[in-house]
Amino acid sequence: MNPQYRAYHPRWYRKSVPIFWWLRKRSYAAFIARELTSVFVAYSAIMLVVLVLAMDRGEAAYVGMMDWLATPIVVAAHILVLLVVLFHTITWLNLAPMAIVVKLGDRKLPASAVLMGHYGAWAVCTAIVAWLLIWR
Amino acid sequence: MPETVTLEVFRYRPEEESEPTFDSFEVPYHAEWMILDALNYIKDDLDGSLSYRWACRMGVCGSCGMLANGRPVLTCTTYLESLLPGPIRIEPLEGFPVIRDLVGDIGDFMGKLAAVKPWLIRDEEKPVEEGEYLQTPSQLDDYKQYSMCINCMLCYSACPIYRLEPDFIGPAAIALAQRYNLDSRDQGAEERMDILSQHDGIWGCTLVGECTEVCPKGVDPAGAIQRYKVSATVDYFKSLLMPRRSL
Repeated sequence: MNPQYRAYHPRWYRKSVPIFWWLRKRSYAAFIARELTSVFVAYSAIMLVVLVLAMDRGEAAYVGMMDWLATPIVVAAHILVLLVVLFHTITWLNLAPMAIVVKLGDRKLPASAVLMGHYGAWAVCTAIVAWLLIWR
Repeated sequence: MPETVTLEVFRYRPEEESEPTFDSFEVPYHAEWMILDALNYIKDDLDGSLSYRWACRMGVCGSCGMLANGRPVLTCTTYLESLLPGPIRIEPLEGFPVIRDLVGDIGDFMGKLAAVKPWLIRDEEKPVEEGEYLQTPSQLDDYKQYSMCINCMLCYSACPIYRLEPDFIGPAAIALAQRYNLDSRDQGAEERMDILSQHDGIWGCTLVGECTEVCPKGVDPAGAIQRYKVSATVDYFKSLLMPRRSL
């Protein structure tokens, strides 16, 4: 049958997708919720850029920015952002074994090893940043 | 245990009605009956006009996929008992235009399946005298899981992306492409990559993961797609760093 004919066939019933389709199932809702956490990840990245720009504008701008960051409401908001970004990061890392299958000769590396590799790399990066910011 | 169970069956008779309706049927309850047995009872004894697909009755042909209480299942392997007390709502698979009652138009899937070339591709076939292409158990293990796909389309029905973006190649077609890409005898990965690396290919997937959840054969289409994303990205960077090699 001509595919064009199929696409415009008037009598075949096509169910439309409701805008709140993602409320129908728990797994769909969980998926959308995780997608929304990307907004918080984007916010964190933008905040970092704003901080760098403040440094570029001179000491006064940087100190002003730091004072604003230390206000209780901003601290509270940023704790929330941190928690959401951690959730995003952990759920992202937990998916790694699904995407990465490593074979050493005939042996497949267990999923836990792939997972440990990712968490290990994350820990090393965090340690380096912490060393630069806190102890150095 | 009840003596009967009620099935609310989706009906769409385009020559009579423009919108679908639901018909209720009371069928005898037997502990060993699958949903398909109940549908066959309706067809044989209550309403011969009910239309639906089925063939093997043992979870292999992949033709009797439907929604049972909103979940995509093979009706020949789903016990009535698992859906008690009822009423059990039976609908056609979502994402496919309904031709009649529980029969959807699967032409879109069939086209996409053929597009990913799900067969062994060789640059050059070796002469028959040289014998078969041998494989180690480990090489077989690389793709065996994906070869279990029976094209039942439950994964398409579970995938919200396919419903929202009908051009998306979809879970089963990508899993089957991966089945051949990971086969040591195959040399067609590049040919398939042209189709799969498009926007409507692997990148259309946002990893909801429901395809893997509903698969009756334990295939992991979501995993296949994510693995493909990694290998496509690696190939892309390889071609950037070593453009001559990719020529």
